[in-house]
Amino acid sequence: MSSLSYAAPTTVDEAVKLLAGASGLAKVLSGGTDLLVQLRAGRLKPDLIVDTKKIPGIIGIRKGSDGGFVIGAATPGAEVEANAELNAAWPGIVEALDLIGSTQVQGRCSLAGNLCNASPAADSVPALFAAGAIAVVVGGKGKREVPVEQIPTGPGRTSLGKDEFILEFKLPPRGARSGDAYLRFIPRTEMDIAVVGCGINVTLDEKGVCTAARVALGAVSPTVIMVPEAAQVLVGHTLDADTLAKLDAAAQAAAKPITDKRGTVEYRKKVAGVLARRVAAIAFDRAQGKTNGKAH
Amino acid sequence: MNYVASDLKVVGTRPVRPDGVDKVTGRAVFAADTRAAGMLWGKIKRSPHAHARILSIDTSKAAALPGVKAVVTAADFPDIPSEEAFVGEGPMNFRDLALNVMARSKALYEGHAIAAVAATTQEIADRALELIDVQYEVLPFVIDVEAAMAPDAPILHDDLFTAGVNPKAEKPSNIAKVVTFKKGDVEAGFKDAEVVVEGRYTTQPVHQAYIEPHACLASYQPDGQVSIHASSQGHFMVRAYTAKLLGMDMANIRVNPAEIGGGFGGKTLIYLEPVAVALSKKAGRPVKIQMTREEVFRGSGPTSGATVEVKIGAKKDGTIVAAQQVLKYQAGAFPGSPIGPGCMCGFAMYDLPNVDVVGYDVVSNRPKVAAYRAPGAPITSFAVESAIDDLARKLGMDPLTLREKNAAKNGTKTHYGPVHQNIGFTAVLDAVKAHPHWKTPVKDGQGRGLAVGFWFNIGGESTATVHVNEDGSVTVATGSPDIGGSRASMGMMVAEVLGIDVARVKATVADTASIGFTHLTGGSRVTFATGMAATQAAEKVVDDLKKRAAATWEIPVEAVEWKDGKAYPAGSNAGAFEPLDLAALALKAARTGGPIVAEVSVNAQGAGAGFGAHICDVSVDKETGHVTIERYTAVQDVGRAIHPSYVEGQIQGGAAQGIGWALNEEYIYNAKGQMENPGFLDYRVPVASDVPMIEAVLVEVPNPRHPFGVRGVGEVPIVPPMAAIGNAIKSATGVRMPDLPMSPPKVRAALDAAG
Amino acid sequence: MAKQHVTAVINGEETEFLCETQQTMLDVLRDVIGLTGSKEGCASGDCGACSVIVDGRLVCSCLMLGVEAEGKTITTIEGVADGETLHPVQQKFLEHAALQCGFCTPGLIVAAKALLDENPNPTETEARYWLAGNLCRCTGYDKVIRAVMDAAAVMRGEAAR
Repeated sequence: MSSLSYAAPTTVDEAVKLLAGASGLAKVLSGGTDLLVQLRAGRLKPDLIVDTKKIPGIIGIRKGSDGGFVIGAATPGAEVEANAELNAAWPGIVEALDLIGSTQVQGRCSLAGNLCNASPAADSVPALFAAGAIAVVVGGKGKREVPVEQIPTGPGRTSLGKDEFILEFKLPPRGARSGDAYLRFIPRTEMDIAVVGCGINVTLDEKGVCTAARVALGAVSPTVIMVPEAAQVLVGHTLDADTLAKLDAAAQAAAKPITDKRGTVEYRKKVAGVLARRVAAIAFDRAQGKTNGKAH
Repeated sequence: MNYVASDLKVVGTRPVRPDGVDKVTGRAVFAADTRAAGMLWGKIKRSPHAHARILSIDTSKAAALPGVKAVVTAADFPDIPSEEAFVGEGPMNFRDLALNVMARSKALYEGHAIAAVAATTQEIADRALELIDVQYEVLPFVIDVEAAMAPDAPILHDDLFTAGVNPKAEKPSNIAKVVTFKKGDVEAGFKDAEVVVEGRYTTQPVHQAYIEPHACLASYQPDGQVSIHASSQGHFMVRAYTAKLLGMDMANIRVNPAEIGGGFGGKTLIYLEPVAVALSKKAGRPVKIQMTREEVFRGSGPTSGATVEVKIGAKKDGTIVAAQQVLKYQAGAFPGSPIGPGCMCGFAMYDLPNVDVVGYDVVSNRPKVAAYRAPGAPITSFAVESAIDDLARKLGMDPLTLREKNAAKNGTKTHYGPVHQNIGFTAVLDAVKAHPHWKTPVKDGQGRGLAVGFWFNIGGESTATVHVNEDGSVTVATGSPDIGGSRASMGMMVAEVLGIDVARVKATVADTASIGFTHLTGGSRVTFATGMAATQAAEKVVDDLKKRAAATWEIPVEAVEWKDGKAYPAGSNAGAFEPLDLAALALKAARTGGPIVAEVSVNAQGAGAGFGAHICDVSVDKETGHVTIERYTAVQDVGRAIHPSYVEGQIQGGAAQGIGWALNEEYIYNAKGQMENPGFLDYRVPVASDVPMIEAVLVEVPNPRHPFGVRGVGEVPIVPPMAAIGNAIKSATGVRMPDLPMSPPKVRAALDAAG
Repeated sequence: MAKQHVTAVINGEETEFLCETQQTMLDVLRDVIGLTGSKEGCASGDCGACSVIVDGRLVCSCLMLGVEAEGKTITTIEGVADGETLHPVQQKFLEHAALQCGFCTPGLIVAAKALLDENPNPTETEARYWLAGNLCRCTGYDKVIRAVMDAAAVMRGEAAR
């Protein structure tokens, strides 16, 4: 007989109590596309699985009172992709989430799972970082709002307490002349983990000069990182050749990758620069209303 | 008899395969889908070390776990002596096979089987594996082929002495064998040459990566009889190898051929069956074992990685006057890389006066290699066809013209001995020249590559039985596992001979107790050899039917003609009687001599070599090194296409595998000699969005040694892609990529190095 | 913990089963219910051979726990045909010879059906990306894609069945 227990609570309180009271390792299940792989491979041996998908509001997308978006933590990628309003406002986030795995994985994978699996190569995370998304965390001490950058602390590690999980994500209201984009590089055209990922979110003035920017890189450091140096290169400039060259250099300088089965240090640094330029171009175009299409 | 193309009514059409509905509805039974009452789950404990002496194995805790019904180690298998046999497409030593199935004194690679358990659930079996305590003395290991050849390399086998050298080797070595082929005087040839190209190429081991992991279900009965359901390329192979490794009579083993979920050569060996039988014997219950994907990568055969040096000399008019190769092929942990075919296939497409080829078969601490589609040929051809492309550039000559000028023809004597006969290479090159792809200018920013390839194809032993059922429908049974539609082609050939609708013929694959011996499905032999047996069996049935009609009409059998599924009185009796069709004759069978059945066993010869040429257009993202295959055309001499769709499918599938081999597939090892990418996430086979439509162009130069002109088609298409793509990258960027895979980091680095 | 009792609608029939927490939906389909049409090629969501449709969404049954099926409606390859009548995708796979060994075929057909349920008029590129999670090692995808595009045309009423 198995020692692994399962619970599917229908309220936040019930879920928090289960997590707090677990005697051994307890894992939160949303889409399960990482968790089940780790279970089957024997890399993870939990005693309790808490399936959060029956908690009201944890799946679904709504407009917040501030005009921004609230995305349920366990909303599957396919549902996010189908939301026209979100696509129009935050195409970078939608396309980043859409890049995770196959169509089949899209039927299950979630922003919370992607963030809390805490892989440095997680596709949706640089886009969330760039957007300045806020995670609404629930736990024994109640509800707290945490910038997503503060959630992952290292490969496979998060800042969440034992009894905490993410209920939803808040995206700020979309201002005028703003655009975001995400690109990753993979050896194939699909089904790979990012060798490098880059998310950029910008706001421009009427002349196309950048007034605010956030740049995030994935797979070049133990966690996804914000690259303020790269953002500074953009602010105050249009996307001219000189700015692009400086952006490339800033991204390369910020990248501190390792050599592994997915890429070498040298290659990842170069590609970080390449992607930063390409992503910035798409984000600027979107901010100027030049394109609505997918970036990939 | 040989059939004339213009008379064919069934051959060359595209009917639905007889096993098709089963396969599109999920009904088809693969080995892992089988169950038996009281069935246990078997699992295998594998070495975490690349090279280690096994000091002790303590299975007591595992055996004591509730639910565990049997535990086995090498001690439960006979310690069989070294015995060489030639099976499938290469040599096989049964002692090596036994040691590969279950390690005895040493673990020779990460993933090497050490022990196995059978338990009531998979979870208990997994826990039992953890309770098996193996003490190892970890030994230095060697992964790379050239490192394994170094004088100070860790030695895998103390009793392995290099064969094929003079004087005889005195010290054990990782070089199992040296093979040499010489024709003419290569030194004189190079002196005569006006232009010389040379290069050093490396390829990585790649896995066959069939989507179905190995699986079997074995049941040992108290009287010593065993039944096995296995997914393999040859159930007779499974029976023979299992019997050999367990010291059993073949008659006591009955192997049922489950559907096979892809093999590509990788299921021409066994890994699980003797273990499942041993566990079943010990437990007294049926045992099913299925590998995980990780086990497939770590524990079953990829093909060789290799280093290949090539040097080619030509006159200024393009006539090649000298060709030289040194090939070093990884065999994995036991001797037996496809070095022989490697030495033969590289230059087999050309008519060359002076050739010198040396090949090394080298063991290292990797899984034992298994056959993979034209074993050995893609590696050697990647080097040669890249060099030929370089030669064309150096000569300022069109690469197709250079190949036409030097192409092998009927009567060309190969450097390894045989003389090419009935080959269609020239027709293939003509088809390339005439093809719109070749005639269309290369698009801006893209590059185009051409490469050619050769494979011998084999014949061999096959049995087929044709039964005319009581209602006139027909069953064809063969001993060839159907790996890609061969039931369809068998049914079509029989329907053609009998002159009936193919829908009235159903082909099946019979088990080892129900049909005569049939060699495994490999070497592109089934449609040729088993097809020959089926055709001859159908012809015997026709002869029998004619006799029965003659007896019914009381006229001489010579006066009966068989046409369109009916017996007609012919000659002076023409029109004297109503024709008798198959159904009418079947109805009367009891009164005309009993069941209408014919069985034919053949040892088919004259398989007819195959040649192909691939044209590939690529674009290269120069900033990321990503290569996109924009257009792909594969031209091949197929002899005669029985079912053209499945022939095209072989060519398209082989080309796609070649694209994977070229661009992304490789085994990645860490510093401990462990594979880092044992899954489909990081072992990157092509996905649907990675490839374009692949146009298969069928050139038909009939093979006179087969009644319908068939020659094997399954293997040739994996030979040209790597060089075709490399040549296209060279054309697009000016950079030659000598090392596979031509993955984005390597392409970007090469572009950076070239400035 | 004791086995869990789960009720789900599988291929149109209300189905009850018992499973342990760690058993995936694929384990349940194959080893508990006996629906072996869904295949295990990797158990990590990378090959798509176990594809099923859950409440209208295509998923890998190896990436879903059996207990998560409670209250769900699931279609497996065994439920794609309408009795004796093959689904157009199945019929076109046969006609185009879009299968060789047939092992990846159930997953490909379920995934292709899900595509055409959602997008009746996909481009070749859309079909290729949608099916990128279904590995096929035999065909090179050429005939698979042709079969899917042809099935789409049939379902739109633009081509003969």
